[in-house]
Amino acid sequence: MNKKNIFISIIVFALLVILVTPFLGPIKIPFSALTDFGLNTIAGKIFYTFRLPRVLTAFLAGAALACCGVALQAMFRNPLAEPFTLGICGGANFGTAVYLIFAASIPIPHCGLAFSFAGSLAAVLLVYGLTKIKKGFSVGTMLLAGIAVNFFFSSLILFLQYISDFTQSYKMIHWLMGSIDVDGFKTPGVLFVFTAIGAAIVAAQNANLNLMSISDEIAISRGVNVKSARKIIFLATSVMVAGVVAFCGPIGFVGLMAPQICRLLVGHDHKILTPASILFGGAFLVLCDTIARIIIPSSQMPVGVITALLGGPFFIWLLLKDKSVSNL
Amino acid sequence: MNQTAIEIKDLSFAIAGKQILQRICFSVSTGKRLFIVGPNGAGKTTLLRCLSRIITNWHGTIQVKDKNLKAYSQKNLAKILTYVPQVLPADIPFTVHQFVLMARYPHLSPFSVVGPEDEKVVSEAMEMTQTACFAERVMATLSGGERQQVSIAAALAQQAEIFLLDEPATYLDYKHQRDIHSLLAKINKTYGTTIVCVTHDLNSAVLSADTIIAIKEGKIVFEGVPKEIMNEKTLEEIYSKKFDFAMHPVTGQKIIVPDVIE
Repeated sequence: MNKKNIFISIIVFALLVILVTPFLGPIKIPFSALTDFGLNTIAGKIFYTFRLPRVLTAFLAGAALACCGVALQAMFRNPLAEPFTLGICGGANFGTAVYLIFAASIPIPHCGLAFSFAGSLAAVLLVYGLTKIKKGFSVGTMLLAGIAVNFFFSSLILFLQYISDFTQSYKMIHWLMGSIDVDGFKTPGVLFVFTAIGAAIVAAQNANLNLMSISDEIAISRGVNVKSARKIIFLATSVMVAGVVAFCGPIGFVGLMAPQICRLLVGHDHKILTPASILFGGAFLVLCDTIARIIIPSSQMPVGVITALLGGPFFIWLLLKDKSVSNL
Repeated sequence: MNQTAIEIKDLSFAIAGKQILQRICFSVSTGKRLFIVGPNGAGKTTLLRCLSRIITNWHGTIQVKDKNLKAYSQKNLAKILTYVPQVLPADIPFTVHQFVLMARYPHLSPFSVVGPEDEKVVSEAMEMTQTACFAERVMATLSGGERQQVSIAAALAQQAEIFLLDEPATYLDYKHQRDIHSLLAKINKTYGTTIVCVTHDLNSAVLSADTIIAIKEGKIVFEGVPKEIMNEKTLEEIYSKKFDFAMHPVTGQKIIVPDVIE
């Protein structure tokens, strides 16, 4: 099969996943619920207030994370780079945790998003700043700085948990596991804006990503303004991560797995790889979330548990298989 | 046609307190072949990296086609000048054709599609460098010589007027060394491309250069035509060792011969 056909298959796969998964779950939903736009039946209500919005939210979150992953991996020339490993998720987590503990009562809609964004941006600036101080932008330092930033924010979150009361703490733990709880189309609506903006910015960088994935030297000599491309990519990823973390919590490893699998499927040209990863990442997270919804019928498992269970071994597999990983 | 391609005045560059380049001054006329020689660590590669703006925090002035280097956007600079590194990364996952096509970057806008004109330029570049026969192979599977040919094919496809090459033939066998040097001569002749080439190979430098510059410890210690550098005293000053010479049987050019090892 050539790469175009594989790409078309990924589109079909993503559409099928979005169409089929809302019907799966502990409560049977008949197909007639699809046309119940007035939400007159219980099935219609479940379908349009919970199932479909949840599937769309999962899709947008997965798409955003995969998009971040594909851009960061090209930029760092390392398949282990993604928002989670670089500490960007950690920053957004901390921002959201601060919001949950101190600011949840602020009556501004989507105020949590601002906190999440402030957190992810702070993490990006920290990682970037650390490498600036060390002079020169080495991929190794960047990844290690990301890990350090992650630890730093994790301990800040632990501190917040320590000083918060029991209910707040429970809320935070549940959210930190990465779960997708929605009520109507508001969440996917807002998340769509974040994902769409971020993905559009990254897609405009596709030619740059191709060249930067070879080497900065080559990219510069072909005419890429590498410094500004880096800043744009960092900004786009912090926007997307902020959206995902604010609504779904930290969902790890999607940004790692989706681009890697897509590279095997459609190759390394970002003009196809980026859109393929976005679609695949979205569909992948929807599937993970569907498993999380139905695996224990009486309760809903956080999707982050599933992605981490898959992602951990995947990470190790990459570590063993990919030579460029150890080229720190 | 005696325009200046590159004019460098008082170029200095230091890293971590160590002076790598010190008040470098020289210029290259359009269409000429300049070879830069000198001992290891003299700053030759750094000089090329300053010119291609991979390094930016240098001092002094560099003019490219009578315009300040810093006044160019990276993209516009890439239409004029390209840097061919000593070696390409070994693990490039793209095919040869994809890689050469990517060199059209400065001529395309972010969302524009590759047109027939681009394909024409690319296939011409691949014909000239004899890389068309392995166009669909993945870069990572190429030999060092093939990779270097592709690197030059990409520079050609970029349609830059000035090539900056960093030891393009260093790791190659005799045949590939000759192929690269005759390819550069051909490109220079066909397109009037200005060649700035760093090399350790004095003989190939004197045989193909219009001008030679020698750099030692960040300073220019020699500038002149090839036959001037083939001088016992000059070379001993540059390399801190004695050289033996011979006469090239075809051109009559004085060349150096390998040392006798006891």
